[in-house]
Amino acid sequence: MAQLTAANRLASLRSAPGFRERLDLPRRVLFLAAVSMIGIVALLLGFIAWQGIQLFLKDGVPVGQVFSATWQPDATSGPTNYGLLPFILGTIAVTALALLISTPLSVGLALFLSEVAPRWARAIVQPALEIFVGIPSVVWGWLGLTILVPFLHDTFRHDFVISLPVLGDVFRVPGFLTGFSWLAGALVLSIMILPTITSVSFDAFRAIPQELRTGSLALGTTRWQTIRHILIPAALPGVLTAIVLGMTRAAGEALAVQMVIGSQPILPRAVTQPIETLTAAITLDMGNTVFGEPWQDALWTMSLVLLIISVASVVLVRLINKRRMAL
Amino acid sequence: MSASTTPSLHLRGSRRSILADRVATVVLWGTGAFVLLLLGSIIVHFGIAAWGVVSPSFVLSDPSDTALGGILPILWNSIYMLGLTMLIAVPVGILGGIYMSEYAGDNKLTEAIRFAEEAISSVPSIVVGLFGLILFVDNFHMGFTALGGALALTMFNLPLMTRLSEQALRAVPQDERSASLALGATKWQTIQHVVVPLAIPGLVTSIILTAGRVFGEAAVLLFTAGLATPAHYDFTNFNLGDPASPWSPLRPCTTMAVYIYKLQSEGLGIYVSKVVDGSAAILISMVLAFNLGARLVGRLLTRRLTAA
Repeated sequence: MAQLTAANRLASLRSAPGFRERLDLPRRVLFLAAVSMIGIVALLLGFIAWQGIQLFLKDGVPVGQVFSATWQPDATSGPTNYGLLPFILGTIAVTALALLISTPLSVGLALFLSEVAPRWARAIVQPALEIFVGIPSVVWGWLGLTILVPFLHDTFRHDFVISLPVLGDVFRVPGFLTGFSWLAGALVLSIMILPTITSVSFDAFRAIPQELRTGSLALGTTRWQTIRHILIPAALPGVLTAIVLGMTRAAGEALAVQMVIGSQPILPRAVTQPIETLTAAITLDMGNTVFGEPWQDALWTMSLVLLIISVASVVLVRLINKRRMAL
Repeated sequence: MSASTTPSLHLRGSRRSILADRVATVVLWGTGAFVLLLLGSIIVHFGIAAWGVVSPSFVLSDPSDTALGGILPILWNSIYMLGLTMLIAVPVGILGGIYMSEYAGDNKLTEAIRFAEEAISSVPSIVVGLFGLILFVDNFHMGFTALGGALALTMFNLPLMTRLSEQALRAVPQDERSASLALGATKWQTIQHVVVPLAIPGLVTSIILTAGRVFGEAAVLLFTAGLATPAHYDFTNFNLGDPASPWSPLRPCTTMAVYIYKLQSEGLGIYVSKVVDGSAAILISMVLAFNLGARLVGRLLTRRLTAA
């Protein structure tokens, strides 16, 4: 400490800073590099928002129409109706089912890695997860297309019905017509978001102080009781963050989903039926439409919806974490 | 009598919790086994699928050459795109990382940069691709170009590159900085000669990890670098202004990941699915190589630099 103040005094004895030092060029260049990200976000938001509202401004489509269920964008085959509800609900449906499948698995895996696995097991599973992250989305889509879709079609072709003697059919799910379906999309996505949810919840479990574990175990609880009653509640904000991040990734994934979802713009009713998501519709139709025509403007509106979803999720993650700080 | 019933009651209760604990342990081990099994079967699957497809002639010939067709131009495009993207993303990302780790104060602006960082990472890649489509293809009238694709990829990967290099730089112990400053070095000299050299292993790892992600990305490139299948590249044509030259940044540039998407969307002939299987196998092994490379190089550099 004494040395530091002496150094400070020495520094103040040095001559006044010259122009080069006052300019501090490196700092300015570095600042520009960091601040460029704000520029990118601003530009991206601006451009997508502007293109996204052209459907209303230029093409005169009433805003309410976007929330209707009929998608008829082709002016050559009758009156148009740009209802985006099938896509929005499709995205929600696929994302929700993917989270439902992936969350227990991923959180379990995170618990395995942080609480159960011996060192050697962790040394194998963690690199395996990193490889999972690296597998490109088209490869997941291709695996879904060539393995999962035929499998679903061949195995569950027939209607699944539960009949009771008096009540008749109480439960009925139609069989897979083609295998391209809501379920196929959700299964592919659940594997793709598994590393995201796992690694973020793993960090949350690791961040719990060791005393909480030893304290609980010293009271005579089993490991599972400690996990259930101490660790999961303590790590809940982190696990929630993980789920939101997984959700964002699932809702934004385009190519893999497009390859297995079946692309039918109808409201999701059965997991065995083909549906359509925002991303899949954009991927499929953007290349087939002309810049400036209402059909393409509707696709831009879809991407604006996607952008709103992702910005909302960033804000959500921040809120969750702010609460954690407050606690 | 009562002395023996109490422990047995207690035991019965704990027997149930012990059973629950056993079951939970088995289930949790099961999740780990599941991931390994899945990864193993994927690798075996592509091993079998690529058998008889991936050969020197497959990698080194044009799509129009044989019945099966080769992937040389597409593989070249992937490498070219990777190089072009990293050429932009690495300097900007590392410089941004240095700012965030060494200069950024605890203020509103830093907060805004962090928010931007998180926002771009959460924007769907297809939306970043669309942004590239408006900006480069529609507004700048560039058409589908490698440069447009690389710029869009840079935007998409800049947050990752910045965050990873910030982490690498933050991992350098504070004492190193204090020692250098105490010797009278300026802040910039300290960064240049002390902090960055010490962070090199981490920086290299972050470059390789980003590269792996760039290599597999397709959605960003779909509407910025285009979907055209190149017929043949004349690698002796170094005229950068000529869109036919494989070295030109102003030409359509279909990469491996985009090619896989394109082929599967055009219908599944037996040859097509073989080509896709082969391409996917190559893509996966490249990504694997990037991953292993990042670990290996990181470890090697750490050992060499810290032992010296």
